[in-house]
Amino acid sequence: MIEVKNVSYTYAVGTPFEKNALREISFSVSEGDFLAIAGHTGSGKSTLIQIIAGLIDLQSGAVEVDGESIGVQTARRKIGIVFQYPEHQLFEETVAKDIAFGPRNFGLSETEISKRVEEAMKFVGLDFALKDVSPFELSGGQKRRVAIAGILALKPKYLILDEPTAGLDPKARRNLLAEIKKLHRAGVTIVFVSHSMEDIANLARRAVVLAQGRILFDGEPRKLFAQEKILDAAGLLPPPVTQLILELNRAGLSVDAGAMTLDEAEREILRRLN
Amino acid sequence: MIKVENLRYAYDNGRVALDGVNLEIADGEFLAVIGTNGSGKSTLAKHFNALLKPTAGKVYVDGLDTSAEKNLWRVRETVGMVFQNPDNEIVAAIVEDDVAFGPENLGIEPAEIRRRVDLALETVGMTGYRNFSPSKLSGGQKQRIAIAGAVAMRTRVIVFDEPTAMLDPQGRREVLATIKNLHAQGLTVILITHFMDEAAAAQRVAVMEAGRILKAGTPREIFSDVAEMKRLGLDVPAAVELAERLRRRGVRLPADILTAQELAAVLKGK
Repeated sequence: MIEVKNVSYTYAVGTPFEKNALREISFSVSEGDFLAIAGHTGSGKSTLIQIIAGLIDLQSGAVEVDGESIGVQTARRKIGIVFQYPEHQLFEETVAKDIAFGPRNFGLSETEISKRVEEAMKFVGLDFALKDVSPFELSGGQKRRVAIAGILALKPKYLILDEPTAGLDPKARRNLLAEIKKLHRAGVTIVFVSHSMEDIANLARRAVVLAQGRILFDGEPRKLFAQEKILDAAGLLPPPVTQLILELNRAGLSVDAGAMTLDEAEREILRRLN
Repeated sequence: MIKVENLRYAYDNGRVALDGVNLEIADGEFLAVIGTNGSGKSTLAKHFNALLKPTAGKVYVDGLDTSAEKNLWRVRETVGMVFQNPDNEIVAAIVEDDVAFGPENLGIEPAEIRRRVDLALETVGMTGYRNFSPSKLSGGQKQRIAIAGAVAMRTRVIVFDEPTAMLDPQGRREVLATIKNLHAQGLTVILITHFMDEAAAAQRVAVMEAGRILKAGTPREIFSDVAEMKRLGLDVPAAVELAERLRRRGVRLPADILTAQELAAVLKGK
């Protein structure tokens, strides 16, 4: 379990640009959770996930991973973080070397490293034959997979992804989401930051909404989308399907506004028509 | 008018990004370009204002060949660009200085710059933020400042290369409303996007695949073939997909439903 206890964070303390990015945030992520963090740009999401991953020093409060402080290396190594546009950080000559970078830093043996590279590539659906290719010759979707494979090769127990589908075309997006689901089924606890309410509706079991550095909502996505005030305050909109259902309701069709996915909307409208 | 003839472009490593593109964009048009990652959309976009020059074939802007060095400035006076990440485009510490940056570089006199900056900020609805630091703005607001910078250059065409990819939902909505507003004011708009609901707002949609334009037509025509769009790795707006699913379940609906309002109106009569 990851426990975030009373975490506050202020940027540029003592200058005219002082900004409270996080204010007394407390929540926990249980093993097996599939949690989405949403909020508009500047709501504190990125600061929060970097604090959870132990990449920003705490100013106040505490973060514990399985009971151990995030300041301890064994705690930090349980958490993997995939940044926004992670493909921008690719730098090695070959795909395999890039994926091996993290495991090598962990001091693993060469046999173990090769094994992990192969497994990680397989997991994200990259043909193993691409291992000796330069990552810069790959397509956008493939590059992102290489970057994610580099984190998976570290075998994190908890995986944090910041806007994993931003900038991907619809097909690459669907494929990547399917892989994240597969990871979750394989036992990895997932925390993902997203602007896409569609992705949150289709994937997450739980959503945490941040606004002005505070938690505005923590619960099931379905309940979130029914609360227009919270969505408004957080700069969010319901997923396209829910917006469509709301439009049908405005037109006088009484359809259950809880539908978030196309399957649910289809069933609900057929029920209404019959 | 922009005319693209048999455009081919190969990167230095030999990868062919554009493989025979033909396209005409009329003055005042709102064209959306969609296609998977790697289909050539952004490479095409960079040809409209001569950031890239054709390996073969031609691009003409108002009849000017973009590959001729002497035409460079006139092409760029006509066609402006707005990119994906506003943080990479904003250069100044104060909003209005940022918007003034382009016109200042053109050596325009201060009073005229003042007029342009005021009007540009008004156009994107950011007048109230003129003295703010861009770092204090939301993603959508930053992108509107970047758009104001392009507007202040008084180009007749603006190419938007995935301008909403990094924005939150409200930021996306603000930016799309700004783009529609610019088009309504007479600007020619070319919008590269992965969001099908944004493409549905255009007058015409061009679909790219493997460096070519596979087809172009009204959003209604393009999105009516749901299976084809999925095969291409693309998507359709939620209302189109839901209508298609209902049809398969035996609900009789018009073939070209595009928006939630249209679907609601038809279902209401059932």
